[in-house]
Amino acid sequence: MTGGRRAVNLEARGEPFLWGMGGALSLGVLMILGFVLLIVWNGLITFYPKPLRVVHLKDGTRLAGEPTRAETYKPPAQRLESLSPEERDRMRERGGLAHRTLYRIGNYDFYNEDFRWVSDYQVERWEAPREMVFVERVEWGPFVGVVQALTLGDTTLTGEAALGERLHAAQAQAARRRARIRRIERGEIGAINHRMEKSRLTLRGVALKAGEDSAAYRQALARGEAQAAELDAAYARLAAEAAALKSEDARYTITLADINGREKVQALSEIVRIYPANALNLFQRMGVYASRWWEFLSAEPREANTEGGVLPAIFGTFVMTLLMALAVAPFGVMAALYLREYARQGRLVSAVRICVNNLAGVPSIVYGVFGLGFFAYIVGAGIDRIFYPERLPNPTFGTGGLLWASLTLALLTVPVVIVATEEALAAVPQSLREGSLACGASKWQTIKYIVLPKALPGIMTGLILAMARGAGEVAPLMLVGVVKLAPELPIDAYFPFLHLERSFMHLGFHIFDVGFQSRNSEAGKPMVFVTTLLLITLVVLLNATAIFIRNRLKRKYYVGHF
Amino acid sequence: MPDTPQVSPDPPDTVYHPMTGAEGSIIEIERFNLWYGDKQALFDNSIDIQMGLVTALIGPSGCGKSTLLRSLNRMNDLIDGLRLGGAIRLDGADIYHRDIDVIGLRKRMGMVFQKPNPFPMSIADNVTYPIKVDGVRDRRVLQETVERALKAAALWEEVKDRLRDSALGLSGGQQQRLCIARAIAADPDVLLMDEPCSALDPLATAKIEDLIDELRGRYTIVIVTHNMQQAARVSDNTAFMYLGRIVEYGKTKTVFTTPRSRRTEDYVTGRFG
Repeated sequence: MTGGRRAVNLEARGEPFLWGMGGALSLGVLMILGFVLLIVWNGLITFYPKPLRVVHLKDGTRLAGEPTRAETYKPPAQRLESLSPEERDRMRERGGLAHRTLYRIGNYDFYNEDFRWVSDYQVERWEAPREMVFVERVEWGPFVGVVQALTLGDTTLTGEAALGERLHAAQAQAARRRARIRRIERGEIGAINHRMEKSRLTLRGVALKAGEDSAAYRQALARGEAQAAELDAAYARLAAEAAALKSEDARYTITLADINGREKVQALSEIVRIYPANALNLFQRMGVYASRWWEFLSAEPREANTEGGVLPAIFGTFVMTLLMALAVAPFGVMAALYLREYARQGRLVSAVRICVNNLAGVPSIVYGVFGLGFFAYIVGAGIDRIFYPERLPNPTFGTGGLLWASLTLALLTVPVVIVATEEALAAVPQSLREGSLACGASKWQTIKYIVLPKALPGIMTGLILAMARGAGEVAPLMLVGVVKLAPELPIDAYFPFLHLERSFMHLGFHIFDVGFQSRNSEAGKPMVFVTTLLLITLVVLLNATAIFIRNRLKRKYYVGHF
Repeated sequence: MPDTPQVSPDPPDTVYHPMTGAEGSIIEIERFNLWYGDKQALFDNSIDIQMGLVTALIGPSGCGKSTLLRSLNRMNDLIDGLRLGGAIRLDGADIYHRDIDVIGLRKRMGMVFQKPNPFPMSIADNVTYPIKVDGVRDRRVLQETVERALKAAALWEEVKDRLRDSALGLSGGQQQRLCIARAIAADPDVLLMDEPCSALDPLATAKIEDLIDELRGRYTIVIVTHNMQQAARVSDNTAFMYLGRIVEYGKTKTVFTTPRSRRTEDYVTGRFG
């Protein structure tokens, strides 16, 4: 009897529901916090230099590397039989489980592997010698070993002298040489290539317009040949300059040796970073950490995207998201304006509204297919035929590219903008509209001067949501223009500066590519976290900017109170 | 316009004894009927509104005063399913004629609403809005308009130092006077007021009433009010409406002291409503 009454009271007080709701909320918050912590922590520690270990194994071999992670595992039965009896007893005590560590041993050019698992029972002992260096190279991934000698032109330094100040100075010089060679090869020779291509296209354009046996064509041909001769000469000059620089560069080398004494002579300019991992103090470690972050943010990727930076991807994501916002804002706002302000509210408008809402639920890959089929293959091919016939059969706009990716995402996010804008318009008091109409304003003037400014913060909110969704979308982009490595940024010094037809890199796709498509997924794994951290940061930054703008607008229109 | 429905056959039994202005009538409402969908809201309304006088529309809630007022500048056009019958003429021209320019019509009729509805912009921009939408961009004209309209609305002294501030920072009474300034900024012929004081405290109400008194003669004012004392204080002519019909239209003094209609008497003496 009392129990029953208490149950009734409890329900009347609604406390079980309160607990349920509170529990659901805290579970959600915990999951989000856990996710963010995982990303942030893994992203932040990736670039911190780890110590190097030299491990002496029981079979007499040695290996050196960075301990990356460790785990407990169950070794196969036949492996157990090869162990000594006391080892076997110890393992049986632990329930047949063994402990092992993954070492990043580097030296891919020697060993054909970057990582190796070492079980504890294999280990005789390990040490952390101060002379071990970790070398990040332009090619072949890292090298782990010791510095044998440093050759600077005609002088050769060995032992202690090969490390320290001289090495740093020489490396800085080598980096400058590398930058110069690169500038010649990519910049100046690139410019010549660009002009050659342009001259070829001009000739082709004349051929298409006037025919191959016209006077104009012969003239253009002569002009083109003269220009080609000139460009060839310039090219030869630059190539000779680059070759001279390269042969000079080859005189500055460093001789490295792995743990077993195998030597490798490496050009200094091919070394990105070299540091004695076990001899660093905290300050030096932070230096390495900071320089790695800087490289990540400002350089291009190397080694199948697992090393180097992601600048092209940051750039691509940023430009694409902005273009998408530029495309989706007028499109979505105008559609919502028509639906809410002009269209006669009836069954047709309700049906359109339901369709718009359902569009938001279409799988994004479908938009990708549509973007490729409609934008690239129909619209783009049409543009190519009309404006770039001399480049055919090479597509210009007739393939995936920045513009088509932005438009596809704009299409994907337009329902979000329409719904948010409609709500914002509906929230504008009718009295304001009436006031404006009574002043003799036309409907469009009322919308322009009264309704839109008042609804702007709400519209901005929709745009923010759309941008957040668009910046994080990957699946459709794979079809309409994102590539794993784009040789050129979509913005450069050549007219028209913004190249909407170019394919580009994207952080979201970069995550997928690094983590799951590269030959060396273990090396790519930390990059997955760092890139995710970066992508989230970029989205947060974009949103924060939009929210800042929105709040300024709000302040502009909502000063004072009733 | 929707097709003209059948006007009810009975002759209107309205009692008429209005005061006549010096310049005659400006608006003639003749056997005006209005339906919201199937529901008829106005029945055979016929009155002449005298130029330069203040005309009050009184009556219990839902009697159609606001509907009639909003028909004068065609604000009801926004409503779906609206049908009309009869005619309203401004200076002899039917305002519901196909060729009439609604925007031009509304420019000749300033309107003040029940709740102050200043636009979310500065005080000055609020006042100049009606002439800005007309295309006036001359700064001197705009400044003169601000000063003239705000002075006419008795708000100038209070806001002259903060014309660039948001209008939403004003008090309710000030906002309503700003709305009046806005309504007269484009120099209309008629000022329509839809219960302009219903959201205001007594002090603000008094100020608005003084203002109406000052505007008398310069503008033809039609005011809808719930407050019978207010109608008695500010108006020259009063129309009493009941269930969509105009029961009595005449000189205010007469309507409130010796009404000719029994219903009017019941209402003004507080027996119902």
